[in-house]
Amino acid sequence: MSSVDLDAFRQDIRSWIDDNLPQELRVGTRKDLPRELLSQWNKALISRGLVAPEWSTEYGGGGLDRKQAAIVKEELNAVRAPKLRTFGVAMLGPTLLEFGTEEQKEEFLPQIARNEVTWCQGYSEPGAGSDLASLQTRAVREGDEYIVTGQKIWTTGADKADWIFCLVRTDPEAPKHEGISFLLFPMKQEGVKVSPLKLIDGSADFSQVFFDGARAKVSHLIGPLNGGWTIAKRLLQHERTQDGGSEGGITGAMKDTIVDLVKREVGLDEHGTLNDPTIRQRLANQELEQLGLRLTMRRAAEEMRAGQSARDIASLGKYRWANMVKDEQDIAMMSMGTQGLGWTGDAFGADRLERTRAWLTTRADSIWGGTNEVQLNVIAKRVLKIPE
Amino acid sequence: MALILTEDQLILRDMAKNFFDEKSPVERMRTLRDNRDSVGFSRELWKEMGELGWIGIPFPESVGGADMGYGEMGIVLSECGRVLAPEPFMSTVLLAGNAILLGGNEPLQKEILPEVCSGDRILALAFQETGRFSPYAIETKAERDGDAYVLSGHKHFVLDGHIADQIVVVARTAGGSVDREGLSLFVVDAKSAGLKIERDELVDGRNGARMTLDGVTVDASRVLGKIDAGADLLDAVFDRATVGLCAEMVGCFEEAFERTLEYLKTREQFGVKIGSFQALRHRVANLFAEMEFTRSMVRNAQNAIDEGRDDIAEATSAAKTRCSEVAALIGGEAVQMHGGIGMTDEEEIGLFFKRLKTAEISLGDAIYHRNRFAHLRGY
Repeated sequence: MSSVDLDAFRQDIRSWIDDNLPQELRVGTRKDLPRELLSQWNKALISRGLVAPEWSTEYGGGGLDRKQAAIVKEELNAVRAPKLRTFGVAMLGPTLLEFGTEEQKEEFLPQIARNEVTWCQGYSEPGAGSDLASLQTRAVREGDEYIVTGQKIWTTGADKADWIFCLVRTDPEAPKHEGISFLLFPMKQEGVKVSPLKLIDGSADFSQVFFDGARAKVSHLIGPLNGGWTIAKRLLQHERTQDGGSEGGITGAMKDTIVDLVKREVGLDEHGTLNDPTIRQRLANQELEQLGLRLTMRRAAEEMRAGQSARDIASLGKYRWANMVKDEQDIAMMSMGTQGLGWTGDAFGADRLERTRAWLTTRADSIWGGTNEVQLNVIAKRVLKIPE
Repeated sequence: MALILTEDQLILRDMAKNFFDEKSPVERMRTLRDNRDSVGFSRELWKEMGELGWIGIPFPESVGGADMGYGEMGIVLSECGRVLAPEPFMSTVLLAGNAILLGGNEPLQKEILPEVCSGDRILALAFQETGRFSPYAIETKAERDGDAYVLSGHKHFVLDGHIADQIVVVARTAGGSVDREGLSLFVVDAKSAGLKIERDELVDGRNGARMTLDGVTVDASRVLGKIDAGADLLDAVFDRATVGLCAEMVGCFEEAFERTLEYLKTREQFGVKIGSFQALRHRVANLFAEMEFTRSMVRNAQNAIDEGRDDIAEATSAAKTRCSEVAALIGGEAVQMHGGIGMTDEEEIGLFFKRLKTAEISLGDAIYHRNRFAHLRGY
């Protein structure tokens, strides 16, 4: 597309957003958005194919090229539009596009693009966290089906999910990386039990999932039998790219920026300088980190487009992103002092209570999707190529 | 502008890399240091760089420059940093050269800059009087006397001051000792009566002279910028010099990092390569992440200047904050990971460590630039 066409495309997207996105929703991806409006907006996104802009239209996508998709993303971000980023779109979709058969793509991709089916991710187990490949959930073939037995944990949204993409052991005799398969099956069936886990921030979005004779079709195994580990790793790359690549500093939208919060809580002196020099340095550092992440992700994308470098910096981005979003909430807590220690009650104010919960929630960011320590291992081994 | 190098810039990088690899191994800098070379760098090599057009990169063609940008300047400076080349880019081009380019009248520019670009003339900027970087803390006085000014005071850390043909001196024409207002810049001939210059050897093997001005007379036609408003000029000069210094630092700490990485892959203890120890692997992975971020931020500051953006100061302080921190981090870790051998003068890693320390502190350390960034961001 010529730059003139791209400009016209941008104008078109902009006016489409104006027509479809109500002001009340222009506050980022938040949990307390008005439901009716949100569901209308999501419907609009779906009908325009913007849930998965780069997928081809036959799979329910927008059929856009990379530059157009980038424009869509920029325009949506510019007005802080809430995102419809599901596990299906962000992780399973790209994996199916790469490893799925034509039948599998046709069966699953359109449902994902239309947000008709909610997916969850069956990876971690009580005994398989950082050492994911030691997972024990078994799938044994019985005619046209696999019978699944075992337990998963940290399964986001399992209580609401219709389907699961799940790592299962299909060859217990093989070395641990070589006996794993990637299997899809429905959650709403006998043999699947979900038990929500309450976390330190009071939320219960994660669950434990128990499989006791759950059934999966053999035709829903993705990629080769016992070849699931390669797929699992690819999918994790998609996951990491989502975080590190997200607009630096935005941890799920807060009501105000960290700069505004610190100014309000700590106060400025008559020269307009923050009253606490240490917090001032910490805040500047946070902004520098956001700038560094944003620029580095942009540079990596430019390098890739120009074919200048094939370095995998997804791990680097995930690691720095996790530290950055945790640090943002640490600064918020430092600035609020005892006013940041409230759990409930009007006295603290909704903004402060939200920050306190975010401080707790973000502790998970350096743990899930590969802990910081795992990311550093990956950088040392795969990027810097230091022999183990 | 892109954050990656263009095709032309990649060619320039390869040229510069080959040039310095061939003509300026780290050993050359050591020899200059050990021989207490009276110049402190190679005049021949400097002139070669002039012929290649590298000295003239930020200067317009009308004064013999190449009329390119800080992207290109940064490429050459990074390669200097990689081999610790001590040639006087900082003193002659980035500091004093920029002061004359941005603040000099046409006769001054025509008189001085062509010989700067060819490598025949060395300049210095005399500004620093305090230890910690504090750009407006100037007590050196300049008093009007007819058509001239009379300068008196003390300066230190005048890079390449002992060999400079002309020295741009920052002096106070009005205001109190730390006021931003009341500063003025003068082009002073090195042979002026009343000017005493003593060479100081610095920790990185380079030269930062001490200067005493005792009633040095300078004609009013040799004022740069506006009288009393020199701080505006000085800010612009320091921003450009700082972005140049950052590029040199990137080359320098990337080389220190690569040498350390190589050491982890070859050094054996307890019967294994020390790079197999997780205590080292995690630290080196983190250094790599720091380095990648810093490189992006330096490139962003170069673009800010080359695009004439209005956030030059902010982008510069962002880049120098990170460069100074990463210089300290990588320099320190490089010596630590080399172990005992890293403490010896013979092992080159120590030369990188000392250059990085000097650059970390020069033109403001991380604390200075983070405060400046915070101020520019409105808190």
